[in-house]
Amino acid sequence: MNNKEYQVRLSGFGGQGIILAGIILGEAVSLYENRFAVQFQSYGPEARGGASRAEVVISDEEIDLLELIEPDVFLALSQQAFDKYIGDAHEKALVIVDPDYVTNAPLSSRKVFAVPVSRIAREQIGKTIVINMVALGALAAITGLVGIDALKKAVSARVPPGTEKINLKAVLAGYESAREMN
Amino acid sequence: MNSGCNMQFLQGNEACALGAIEAGVRFFGGYPITPATEIAEVMARELPKLGGVFVQFEDEIASIGAVIGASVAGTKAMTATSGPGFSLKQENLGYAIHVQIPCVVVNVMRGGPSTGLPTLPSQSDVMQARWGTHGDHPIIALAPYSVRECFDLTVRAVNLSERFRIPVIVLSDAIIGHVREKVVLPKREELTLVERKKPTVDPEDYKPFEDDGTGIPPMANLGEDYLFHITSNNYDDEGFPATNDHDIAGRRIKSLYNKIERYRDEIDDVDLFMVEDAEIIIVAYGSTARSARRAVMMAREEGIKAGLFRLKTIWPFPYDHLKAAAESANHLLLAEMNMSQLDSEVRSATHDLETKLHGLHQSNGMLITPYQIYDSLKGLV
Amino acid sequence: MKRNSYKKYLRTHKLPHIWCPGCGHGIILGAALRAMDELELDPYKTVAVTAIGCSARTNAIMNCNTIQTTHGRSLTFASGIKMARPDLTVLLFVGDGDGAAIGGNHLIHAARRNVDLTTILLNNSIYGMTGGQYSPLTPYQKTASTSPYGNLEQDFDVCKLADAAGASYVARGIAHDPRHLSRLIRGGIEHKGFSFIEGISQCPTYYGRRNKFSSPLEIMRWVKERSVRVKPETYNFSQDMDGAIPVGLLSHRNLPEFTDEYRKLVEQLQKGDNA
Repeated sequence: MNNKEYQVRLSGFGGQGIILAGIILGEAVSLYENRFAVQFQSYGPEARGGASRAEVVISDEEIDLLELIEPDVFLALSQQAFDKYIGDAHEKALVIVDPDYVTNAPLSSRKVFAVPVSRIAREQIGKTIVINMVALGALAAITGLVGIDALKKAVSARVPPGTEKINLKAVLAGYESAREMN
Repeated sequence: MNSGCNMQFLQGNEACALGAIEAGVRFFGGYPITPATEIAEVMARELPKLGGVFVQFEDEIASIGAVIGASVAGTKAMTATSGPGFSLKQENLGYAIHVQIPCVVVNVMRGGPSTGLPTLPSQSDVMQARWGTHGDHPIIALAPYSVRECFDLTVRAVNLSERFRIPVIVLSDAIIGHVREKVVLPKREELTLVERKKPTVDPEDYKPFEDDGTGIPPMANLGEDYLFHITSNNYDDEGFPATNDHDIAGRRIKSLYNKIERYRDEIDDVDLFMVEDAEIIIVAYGSTARSARRAVMMAREEGIKAGLFRLKTIWPFPYDHLKAAAESANHLLLAEMNMSQLDSEVRSATHDLETKLHGLHQSNGMLITPYQIYDSLKGLV
Repeated sequence: MKRNSYKKYLRTHKLPHIWCPGCGHGIILGAALRAMDELELDPYKTVAVTAIGCSARTNAIMNCNTIQTTHGRSLTFASGIKMARPDLTVLLFVGDGDGAAIGGNHLIHAARRNVDLTTILLNNSIYGMTGGQYSPLTPYQKTASTSPYGNLEQDFDVCKLADAAGASYVARGIAHDPRHLSRLIRGGIEHKGFSFIEGISQCPTYYGRRNKFSSPLEIMRWVKERSVRVKPETYNFSQDMDGAIPVGLLSHRNLPEFTDEYRKLVEQLQKGDNA
């Protein structure tokens, strides 16, 4: 991807840690790669379990875009989130889905990466709670928008003390699995 | 998350709370409301560590009442809310303006009227900030357009409030309040803080509202060397009710206005971006001004001479600054997330210029994007 | 104690007061001033807070720090003052409309929070300043300018309300017996926590005239005849008084006081930081 600003939308169930993933992506880029990111999220009356989204704009320059116009990258970890938020993703957007949850993804012309992030979290890490970290690792590998080193630093700094190891393991598992896919 | 340290990835509301703490706010009266709640949450966590007081009150009315009480007791005090809560606070806001008690009220604007669009962005409380409480009164309102400015303008709000003995409104919005971006906050020693001017006369000679020549009466704190009375009624220089004296009544209201008008050079604050040679000048503030800045850059790439006149202080409205900036432009484009609330102010600032005024207004819970503004600019060429 | 020594708590140059002849508010203020005098409160460290209405007219004539606030909101201002400066003694004078109607929610929550404030509710059963409209403490079937056919609403037992909300000191006195009322107020000031004292006053101008009382004294006697002294050990707020008015200290308990609790939190957090 070249030197413009990239619009990233992360979505899934409420409770999957989508917003935390958005914050970590923003921190990785802006604090550990010294580039620029802005992050925002949807605040609806949605209860836990409803669709949740976090959005990040990434650029090498200062950003004045405070709302996503057209996602360049769209990650969906649930069918509901996919259906609700795919709308304005443009034709060339990179789409990453968890195939175990997003079973109906009509995306004729778009490039779709199916990464079983929940399965990886469950089988390789033994905790589904780290699904957001697996997804971040996969996103880093597929999009190249953030380096894995910066991502690891951001994860270590943000997650609750004592959980760094397992979260880093999850990020790497997602990263490796998506790299293999390419 | 703290001030005075290196780079951070912060939310606007968090920066606002940190700004308040750095400015010396040690009392926060809160009530939960989206999209302002993070301010209360940071204060709840940080203030007790500093010996300050955070209390979540039973309603928005109580939270500002307690803030005023704490301020009279000598503590820099603040509350934060959004539209529905801002409506509830108007009564006591008017009281604080009237009796000249410093305090800061943050309004993270969302769409109204009533609960409106919980909790999508809007800039539709601009006129409420000016005229929301009844009666003739001045007000100061500031509008941040970035996370860093949420910090800076909250510090400034506290300072202006202490300096001029007046509540200051920080008019943030749901976009600016919730966006996270990279900031490097200033160190404590880099900040200039203002403390309220205290009386120095003998206690028996103290007249709490007597003009000492500056237009801003010195203010004693409760429990120190001076006894005083405060009333919600019109009052004389000693602070006692004077409701049957038209001279005193008229003078009081004028003095409230004058203490602001006289110091416009300290209060007015605008940011000019590429306006010098601009043929089209966008007038904007808050999150819309971010979109506008981008639109200016997009337009400039196309050879369109566009510029941005950004209001950092919205009230009092900087008429003279706008007039000076607009003099050589052909068009003004007022962009706001409301149904054109500042239209009459812009018109009155530029009424004797040839400049044509256009509006880009949107009140649907969506940010006005750079592309919308860019399209409007192109339409004016 | 010298006779009339309480007068040092009056701003005598702000007298005369503006209450109607026969009003009970001056008697209740006098009871409060005597309590202040007995406790030798330092005027500089004492704040009297009022809001709007006849009850608020206690304020400017008191010689201490005096703050008159917006209608019903005095407890919110007073809470902020006490929380910012726990060393100050904060007294409130509220009315029945002011304290139980427009300020009712603040009363409930100040009581629940158990902030160390002493609230004196001057109950004259009417909105006097606005010309005699019914309040939440106007008894059933009594007449006011806005209940010309008799009040259809039930009135509050405002002491029961304060007790249920968590006030840790609740008392009721009457203008007919100012010495007793003064003792109750003194107890409230000495008590650490939220103290609530209802002082039954009389409004001959509006309440009395509309309800066929021929003189202020007649209202006072009417109250006196129905009042029954009770003790907190034996009184309970649910007991059937058969129309009688329970008077005295009604309840008294030691509960954690808010500013104390807050100070402990601050100490604990600051110690944690240093460790």
